[in-house]
Amino acid sequence: MLNKATDIKMKNYKIPLSVRDLWVEYAVERGVVKAVRGVSLDLREGESLALIGESGCGKTTLGLSLVRLLVKAGTIRHGGINYVYREGREIDIRQLSERELQKFRWQECAMVFQSALNALNPVLTILDQFHDTFRSHGHKVTKAYTRQRAKELLREVQLDPERVIDSYPHELSGGMRQRVLLAMSLLLDPQVLILDEPTTALDILTQRTIIDLLQRLQSKLGFSMMFISHDLSTAAELADRMATMYAGVIVELGSVADTFYHPAHPYTLGLIQAVPTVTGDFEELSSIPGAPPDLIDPPSGCKFHLRCPYVAERCRHEEPTLVPVDGNPEHTAACFYPEKALAAASAMWKERRDVAGEKTL
Amino acid sequence: MKKEHSIEVRNLVRTFGSKRNKVTAVDRVNLSIPEGSVLCLVGESGCGKTTTGKMVAGLLKPSGGEVLYQGQSIWTGKGRKSPGFKKFRLDVQIIHQDPYASLNPAHTVYDTLRYPLLRHGLVRNQQEAYERVRELLRTVGLGPVEDFLPKYPHQLSGGQRQRVSVARALTVEPRFIVADEAVSMVDVSLRISLLKLLSRLKNDLGVTYLFITHDLAIAKFFAWEGEIAVMYVGSVVERAATPQLINSPLHPYSKALLSAAPEPDPELTHQKKRFELRSQDIPSLLALPNGCRFHPRCPFFEKGLCDTVRPQLTPVGDGREVACHIAVRELGIADMAVGNLSDAHA
Repeated sequence: MLNKATDIKMKNYKIPLSVRDLWVEYAVERGVVKAVRGVSLDLREGESLALIGESGCGKTTLGLSLVRLLVKAGTIRHGGINYVYREGREIDIRQLSERELQKFRWQECAMVFQSALNALNPVLTILDQFHDTFRSHGHKVTKAYTRQRAKELLREVQLDPERVIDSYPHELSGGMRQRVLLAMSLLLDPQVLILDEPTTALDILTQRTIIDLLQRLQSKLGFSMMFISHDLSTAAELADRMATMYAGVIVELGSVADTFYHPAHPYTLGLIQAVPTVTGDFEELSSIPGAPPDLIDPPSGCKFHLRCPYVAERCRHEEPTLVPVDGNPEHTAACFYPEKALAAASAMWKERRDVAGEKTL
Repeated sequence: MKKEHSIEVRNLVRTFGSKRNKVTAVDRVNLSIPEGSVLCLVGESGCGKTTTGKMVAGLLKPSGGEVLYQGQSIWTGKGRKSPGFKKFRLDVQIIHQDPYASLNPAHTVYDTLRYPLLRHGLVRNQQEAYERVRELLRTVGLGPVEDFLPKYPHQLSGGQRQRVSVARALTVEPRFIVADEAVSMVDVSLRISLLKLLSRLKNDLGVTYLFITHDLAIAKFFAWEGEIAVMYVGSVVERAATPQLINSPLHPYSKALLSAAPEPDPELTHQKKRFELRSQDIPSLLALPNGCRFHPRCPFFEKGLCDTVRPQLTPVGDGREVACHIAVRELGIADMAVGNLSDAHA
């Protein structure tokens, strides 16, 4: 019953961006880093998808592959990245020529990079950067037109256009630069927006401004958004669905509510148990023991087994794949024993809510 | 019995720049931290928290005011020439914010940790140094130890460097640690274990902390039994026991920060009540507003009061202090700033 309902619902989603069994490697001195190992992921129309993971898990590599911006040492070994234009035409991003790519980037799929300071050209004014963006993506527009369009977008991200437009990047604060990048990413009205750590390294109040802006812009302009982050709080606030990445694979994928309240992968659970809330009572927290594996010479079996509290013999030899949790195709996890994490999570949330409940009584 | 103060800071001021272009980064800050406890300094970038930390650690000379370590002034009077100063240097350690800049790139991890041990005679020979370094690396969770000993900083990740910085601070068995964003670069899954390690030093050995962070959740976790002081453009605007400050902040700036921070819990974060400010802009230190520095952004702003009289940190009971005319008035306490402009701590 439930399956059928979700089945029908799923078919209704338009999927502008779809990754199929993607493998990405980096050639380094010591060997080959298998940074992304067989990832399949859909970005649905109008949704906000969080890609969560720790440093070195492959999340940025995955993001860069989507717009084919990998560094020279990186290669897509296998897999496809399917993109559907608004008018319905389908392409594989891997087949695009350099020229086609240039049109595709920004116009169809814009990416906002991790460090707002480094992503802007220090010797160009903000206006010139907007103009550059227009020209390098094949739009022959006048400076006056750029100025007018840039002003509109800067206003959209709550910046004072007069103050910002003729400034150089170093004259702006970190939060302002991040908003300039956001405005610039919307210049060609992309269908898909990929953001790498959009709120990291920003102050709390600035972070809040960016989160609110993204929510408002998305509901107004209707783009689909994928953001890469290590911060669970941002995901809880901003995402509809969440994908947890570990050692180059997605280990859990589901709605934000399912992933937070019913995590079925011990790594997802471990992350949730490691992050304190800001308000409320003191929580007992714990780290995940050990460290992420070396992706040049990864361990056998499940890549998490060396750190997993529920490890069994099977995990040491066989790598699990994503399967539905409790028969729900909308929530999948790559763990042979999902009931372990599920039980621990339900106990943890019960305790947290009980403590909170006692307080309000 | 009242606990001894490990560190006390009185009217601390630090200015930067020339006479014409003077910036007051830290403006009359008063703090005291009892032996074996934690004071967490929170605030946004540029609020002066790092500058305060550096002055407390004896690395930056204050433009005014005093830093007292175990009752002895470290900057004035005999200060740095007194016999107690070397003890201060050993007792007080700082974990710098940026582990990319604070580790010597030409030293291996082993050297970084070995030199202070040998220099200060904490070990008798190389063999003992080797044993102690291994122990320190295990303590901060860098293993297998043998892999890390010969590594240079550029071969380590941000989180690993930060743990080397922590280990280095621990080499000389300090009594007081200034930890400036000590875990901000460490991965989420490992952060808590490092904080627990620092807590253990406090509980087992009585180490005192000035813990500087912009992350309120981390502040809450680490300083739950201690205090939090909130800084805004150079001054402390509120100081209270952590549970009080987190769950019933008095200063509008503290309220704004707490309500703006997203929570790692979808229901909780969507239910959170927002505290809207009048403006998003942090004032420039070169052109600070008159009166309360926060008044251009404050929703409780009262014309004629907040833009003319600078509020002082005022004790409001339970050992907490707040610098806000409105909050103090609502509690029915006489506003120290309006009646007399003497320092709240004196």
